[in-house]
Amino acid sequence: MDSTSTWLSLLSFGDQGWGDELFRGACLSFAIAAVAYFIGLVIGLVGAVAKLSGNRVAIALASAYTTIIRSIPDILIIFLVYYSATDAFRSLINLSGFSTEFQLNGFVAAAFSLGIVQGGYSTEVLRGAIVAISRGQSEAASALGLTRGQTFFLIILPQMFPLALPGLGNLWLVVLKESSLVSLIGFTELVLVGKMAAGASRHYLLFYASVGAIFLFMSGISAALINLIEDKTYRAWRHG
Amino acid sequence: MDDFGVYLLHQILAGLRTTVFLFIACAVTGNLLALPVGMALLSKGRWVKYPAVVFALLFRGTPLLVQLYIAYFGVGQILASVPSIRYSPLWPLFRDAYTYAYVTLSLNTAAYCGEIWRGAILGVPKGQTEAGKSLGLSRSRNMLSIVLPQALRIALPSLGGQNILLLKGTALAAMIAVFELMGAANLVRAQTFRVYEPLLAAALAYFVLAVIITSGFSFVEKRIALHYR
Repeated sequence: MDSTSTWLSLLSFGDQGWGDELFRGACLSFAIAAVAYFIGLVIGLVGAVAKLSGNRVAIALASAYTTIIRSIPDILIIFLVYYSATDAFRSLINLSGFSTEFQLNGFVAAAFSLGIVQGGYSTEVLRGAIVAISRGQSEAASALGLTRGQTFFLIILPQMFPLALPGLGNLWLVVLKESSLVSLIGFTELVLVGKMAAGASRHYLLFYASVGAIFLFMSGISAALINLIEDKTYRAWRHG
Repeated sequence: MDDFGVYLLHQILAGLRTTVFLFIACAVTGNLLALPVGMALLSKGRWVKYPAVVFALLFRGTPLLVQLYIAYFGVGQILASVPSIRYSPLWPLFRDAYTYAYVTLSLNTAAYCGEIWRGAILGVPKGQTEAGKSLGLSRSRNMLSIVLPQALRIALPSLGGQNILLLKGTALAAMIAVFELMGAANLVRAQTFRVYEPLLAAALAYFVLAVIITSGFSFVEKRIALHYR
């Protein structure tokens, strides 16, 4: 039996192989990870500011959020967010009296639920970066008469970026791998494509190992890029 | 409590038991393997170092879900096609999804915790080893009595975090047909078409487990800190 050529034809592009499907799946995985990453960063920024705001309600809310994200399996949170978001949208649309047949766009739902999880991790990273900026900076800003908003956007945010970089790089590597979880809410990204291919061809090890290899490749490229960015930033920082 | 409540509680408790056993088994195995992995990562011998580097890279560079799929569906299929395994008395073990979940989660934890140990050992000041050497301690005695106790103190917070991640990882075992908490929630969901109650019940159970694990680790951390005052 010539298994190598069977494998190659199964992984080839075109209608005989699954190569093009896997490639498209990898692109979707990447896209969903990227969107979830940015949703997570926005939530994280809000969460970090809330945690440092001194407002007791905001602190309690943000702490409850990060505690829950940290201690409950991500897949459970993704399920909960996915179902409640779908239900909420559906009832909202029913209220407004439009069509009763409603399905939340798979990409939006997947990115949103993954982003909620990611937001919990981002909050901690960004909070740490803000705390690391010396108090004198914001004191100097208020001495210059800047408002709190100006202080945050003009003084704190630019300075926290290099401090947060290692954490942000890690978060990207995490979300890239976590994106595999949205296959479980039925979004056809890399893992689900691999699952379908494996089921159809009954070559389980081949396809799952290929999916793993693609993830390894994406993580490797990401890690190399992150190192490059960190290097450049720190060089600019030292000379600046 | 109504019938649904009793049924839900029953299933959740059954799942909880499996989750606890799976977690303890993987935590013990994974953490025991982690130290040798961490030391291998720091080894100067390339035949020791590079296998460990590749091992850590493979497990840290791919999603846990894919690792479970590769192990259960991929390796499982290959093993089933080997007659000496297929017809051995150990076959029930090789057929069982628990085995694959246990092995995969343990190795995954070993890879991540090994990397934590590597960082912690590097974090012990060099002067400590030098002082040990100047006292005439052998290399292994130096490692065992001087470096590792201090490395443990550095590693503990991260190890605690990694063990929480292991607990969260056990939820993915449900996807290869292990009936644990997440699997129990999914079963109730499929049989009753009620979504929120089973998921929230499972979430609460995971939360309690996470609190217990976290406080266990911080207890040990505090005990160890006492020796350093």
